[in-house]
Amino acid sequence: MMESGLLWWIPLLPLIGAFVSGAFGLRLQRRFGERAVAAVSVGLPWLAFFAAAASLVRLLSADDVGALGSRLWTWVAVGGLKVEFFLRMDRLSGMMAAMVTLVGSLIHVYSIGYMKKDEGFWRFFAFLNLFLFAMLTLVLAGNLLLLFVGWEGVGLCSYLLIGFWYRDLANARAGMKAFVVNRIGDFGFLLGMCVLFWGLGGAWDEAGYRAGEFFSLDFAELPRLLAGAAQRTLWGVPVPTLAGVLFFVGACGKSAQIPLYVWLPDAMAGPTPVSALIHAATMVTAGVYLVARLNFLYLASPTAMTVVALVGALTAVFAATIGCVQNDIKKVLAYSTISQLGYMFVGVGVGAFWAGSYHLLTHAFFKACLFLGAGSVILAMHHEQDMQKMGGLGRVMPFTRWTYWYACVAITGLPLASGFFSKDEILWQAFNTAGLGVPGWFLWLLLFLGAGLTSFYMWRSYFLTFTGPTVKIHGEEPEEQRPVITGVLAVLAVGAGVLMFIGLPEVWLGAPPAFAQYMEPVFRHGALAKVYGAGDGHGVELGLMAASVAVALAGLGLAAWFYRGRRSTVPERLRAALPRLHRLVQDKYYVDEGYQAAVVEPALTLSRAAAWFDSRIVDGLVNLCGGVTRLIAFFDGAIDKYLVDGVVNGLALLVRSAGAAARRWQTGRLSNYLGGLAFGTLVLIALVRLIAALLGE
Amino acid sequence: MSGIGLHHFVLLSAVLFSLGMACAIARRNAVAILIGIELMLNAAALNLAAFSRYGALRAEGQLFVLFVIVLAAAEAVVGLALILAIHRRLRSVDVNRADSLKG
Repeated sequence: MMESGLLWWIPLLPLIGAFVSGAFGLRLQRRFGERAVAAVSVGLPWLAFFAAAASLVRLLSADDVGALGSRLWTWVAVGGLKVEFFLRMDRLSGMMAAMVTLVGSLIHVYSIGYMKKDEGFWRFFAFLNLFLFAMLTLVLAGNLLLLFVGWEGVGLCSYLLIGFWYRDLANARAGMKAFVVNRIGDFGFLLGMCVLFWGLGGAWDEAGYRAGEFFSLDFAELPRLLAGAAQRTLWGVPVPTLAGVLFFVGACGKSAQIPLYVWLPDAMAGPTPVSALIHAATMVTAGVYLVARLNFLYLASPTAMTVVALVGALTAVFAATIGCVQNDIKKVLAYSTISQLGYMFVGVGVGAFWAGSYHLLTHAFFKACLFLGAGSVILAMHHEQDMQKMGGLGRVMPFTRWTYWYACVAITGLPLASGFFSKDEILWQAFNTAGLGVPGWFLWLLLFLGAGLTSFYMWRSYFLTFTGPTVKIHGEEPEEQRPVITGVLAVLAVGAGVLMFIGLPEVWLGAPPAFAQYMEPVFRHGALAKVYGAGDGHGVELGLMAASVAVALAGLGLAAWFYRGRRSTVPERLRAALPRLHRLVQDKYYVDEGYQAAVVEPALTLSRAAAWFDSRIVDGLVNLCGGVTRLIAFFDGAIDKYLVDGVVNGLALLVRSAGAAARRWQTGRLSNYLGGLAFGTLVLIALVRLIAALLGE
Repeated sequence: MSGIGLHHFVLLSAVLFSLGMACAIARRNAVAILIGIELMLNAAALNLAAFSRYGALRAEGQLFVLFVIVLAAAEAVVGLALILAIHRRLRSVDVNRADSLKG
């Protein structure tokens, strides 16, 4: 590992931006206009991108260096545990950091156009910068605990940005839902960390906690430690399996997999750049990144790998079916994101970590492009998101149309863009896998089905939006957006195209894809050997490739038949023929309602019962105590008032009356005093004589 | 013993003292009260002088008389100053009007 002073600037720069926009943004915006805010908040992410790119170049130019590192300070030092604030960039996190900063910066630029004239302009950019900081912390974290900090940070920013237009109750609710569902996943993450901690460190016995050797949760160190702990079991489950499944629960929450995917469609309530950046390109891929990061852990447990792959494949198909009947353009893209994340999980779940990461990378570009294109459409339609009310926009918005078209090509897996190569690699690796709890062909079949559905719903959205007669908004045709928006779309589309050249498959080139070679040092723990070694020959791979192109074309053809030019009546008739099925899918299989009944309502009932208990029983006890105290105080007060005060007042009265009596003697007449003096002297003399007479004689 | 003896002086002294006391108690004029006090002092001084002549006290009695005379002079000075101050304030030397210390 090589020390690098540049590394910690990458997350720091967006943090500075967040601070400036957050603390002074409103004043800047009032005095200098939105430009000042934008200059700071968009400029700093670009600087972060340059820092990340420079670091990546430095990492790649040094041959024998596995990672760049930057140890800032020791954070936790307890017993055998020593956790440092430690940033680390290897090839995986370097790829992620470069992608996050590049896509993030592009979306920042786009947001200048999208959030124009929003009164919360400065707030939006402060949150967006804060998100970048958290995401980069997550990506560059050198140990699990620091990764968790970023993990929580992105969750917070996601919540803040979903509810960005918080005056609308639905938005605030969606933010809350995302936060709560993510919390469930985060709990899994925490438990996973605890299990790992238990497995790696010492153990509890009669004498208390016995610490193991010193360890730091650093990713570089974990594989070696884990090798020693692989045989340990907790409740009869091997530590790697238990930890792997628990970490995957966390990944499910963050990356919207079954059963915790329900928050992502609702998260579309946020502004569209947020959906593109956080809920498509970066944050939701954190789960995939986590599994890839912990590849050594998953490789030690085929059970955990099976869970990851199976959940991913099921989610891929499940979300795709829902996507086919949604009418809100952003909802379609949301379900598409869930489905694509499923593909990535299958990739990492079958041990093809590089393929999952590759799909993560390409998906970031084409899905961001799709979302931003949808945002452009939504702006043109004056914030109308229902595709039924759109149509014919391709004629008036050529830029948006062709970038959206190209991104559709990428996501549906037609061999003209990067999506084909990344998705097909996953399909092939899934088919080829052996040693998991499910057969490879089963995973492949699910993904194959999903690919057909993906093609159908993506082209459906394209045809519904851009073809047919052009709609009019308030009597005017929608217009193409400004270059600040279309330019970003173009860059992302180009990215989605160019990235295909690093993933050209082995069957074409005769050598492993460039991206696989690039990732090889990170996933050296036997993953590639295992996957490449087993399985069928190239003929099968080419056949599968042809099959997936065919299914994509079939989806495209079906969508074109149904929706192109909005002329066909087939969808109407189909809907009429299968009303129940249509309702079931359109209402998302009633999963939300099920959760509402099974989880939310019982929780609310419980809280109501607790509230009743609190207000009746606990408050009653408190009030009773109060009453008793008051009663005692009443008697106490009576004693004080009548007895103690009586004595005091009586004494005072006595003194006063004595004084009044004595006052009469003080006449102020000198003669009285002198007379008294003489009389007193006489009395004294008489007394002395008397006593002397009595004693003396 | 014939002629003037000790008991004459003592008697005279007692009469003088009683007169002085009566004067001090009965009169309201501050100057008169002061005079009464002087009478009482001189009665006591007479007593001392007489005891010095007839009794065991020889030189000491005479000495005490001198002290008493000096003391009386000082007392008169202070007393008269007080009376002057009262007079200045109340335009009167009636001691019954100087009663602001009455309780």
